[in-house]
Amino acid sequence: MDTLRNTCRVTVRLPGPLVDLFPGSPRRLEVEARTVGEMIDALNARWPGMRDRLCDTTPAVRRHINIFIGGERARLDTPLRPEAEVFVLTAISGG
Amino acid sequence: MLKTARRCRFRAPPFVLAPKSEAIAFAARLETTAASDRAEDVDVTQKTLVLLGTKKGAFIAESDGQRKGWELKGPFCETWPMNHVVADSRTGTIYAGGGNEWFGPAVWKSTDLGKTWTHSSEGLAYETGKEPVKAVWSLAARNGSLYAGVQPAGLFRSDDGGRSWTHMEGLQNHPTRERWEPGGAGLILHSLVPHPEDEGRIWVGISAAGVFYTGDGGETWEPRNRGTRADFLPEGENYPEFGQCVHCLVMAPGTGERLYQQNHCGMYVSEDGGKEWRSIEAGLPSTFGFPAAAHPSDPDTLFLLPLNGDSAGRYVPDASAAVWRTRDAGRSWQALREGLPQKNAYFGVLRQAMATDRLEPAGVYFGTSSGSVFASADEGESWTAIAEHLPTVLSVETLVTDR
Repeated sequence: MDTLRNTCRVTVRLPGPLVDLFPGSPRRLEVEARTVGEMIDALNARWPGMRDRLCDTTPAVRRHINIFIGGERARLDTPLRPEAEVFVLTAISGG
Repeated sequence: MLKTARRCRFRAPPFVLAPKSEAIAFAARLETTAASDRAEDVDVTQKTLVLLGTKKGAFIAESDGQRKGWELKGPFCETWPMNHVVADSRTGTIYAGGGNEWFGPAVWKSTDLGKTWTHSSEGLAYETGKEPVKAVWSLAARNGSLYAGVQPAGLFRSDDGGRSWTHMEGLQNHPTRERWEPGGAGLILHSLVPHPEDEGRIWVGISAAGVFYTGDGGETWEPRNRGTRADFLPEGENYPEFGQCVHCLVMAPGTGERLYQQNHCGMYVSEDGGKEWRSIEAGLPSTFGFPAAAHPSDPDTLFLLPLNGDSAGRYVPDASAAVWRTRDAGRSWQALREGLPQKNAYFGVLRQAMATDRLEPAGVYFGTSSGSVFASADEGESWTAIAEHLPTVLSVETLVTDR
């Protein structure tokens, strides 16, 4: 934990269909953030527009996007712990 | 010379504006384009593109000015559902609007006729707390601006080529807004008809709120549904001020006042920008259908594709396909069947899935729910299938370029 800024460094795993939309974005990267929402802000800073693909204006994580931390589904206000691994997944949906 | 075409456009010097946001021409070399409007210039030096929005991505069928052989390219846009694919006549830029179940709404953009694409939805959102925008349903380019109709029904505008968007709040501020009821596909703004010259004038079609019009650039709106039926309402209440289920709204070339409409309940023409509508369904095989396509230069010619009825399967009548054409503004109709399947055809054609091009004779195109695209290079007299086995076709527009 960075006590000065109160942020954590976490590992983020991104789904293939998302990185396909943002050339140069990796499937796995590290970011510093305090919450899932801030984590997405950090992603959006690197790849403008990525927030809109993951969140709607409820505001909330999109209905068919799942974000898991430690096996638990997370929300935008879910706090992050140091060294956490955050899985961003596309839900089973389609037709 | 500026040459364009949109879902409703008309020919008015010095502009050449085609109908539906489909008959789009862009001037690759502006100094050479004036002559290419003439029939004798329709040849292999032109490139004709049919822009297809489907349930699984955008596709482009490409031919020359003669429109005999076709090559299909795609799928584009990462196979997102694309409700509407259009081109800006001034630049040749192609825009595709849709919504992905995972990633939400976006407008995709290609400046190289489909080879490469970018996407954005910056600003394409309602304020926090409102029902979020689910998908883009209609696009229209006019004089450097791009408009987008969305679900739930609302209108956005971009002045930077689709990179960022601003909500035109006036439509949602209409006092009837809370009483708009969604149609079968949701509360969608699917018909988007900007006047080709007058920046202030826009017509929209919303399922199932009806036709609305602004004369002041979107600040204020008024319903324009007088004379159109709502058979699904109780007896005696079938002609409300709003709440009709408009399926497709197009502008005839010419004065900018004649509109045609395919409704859930009938086909109509208006001579005064939608203030009054008159039924033109007599002589057609049903009162139900989705698309309508205006001719690029003849205001009296309209193409419709009636289906067998809203509770009868919504496929072509008697499973026998025909495009119906009027040459006299809806007073009489002719079934055009040559080359179309005449038995066991159980497909429908959706609200944005028929278009004309701006060539002479005009090309006519439609895409089916079963993934076929049919084309006519002779104003509907004869047809050929130019693509088969595609995903469900959601929209058809055209772009004619001078290469």
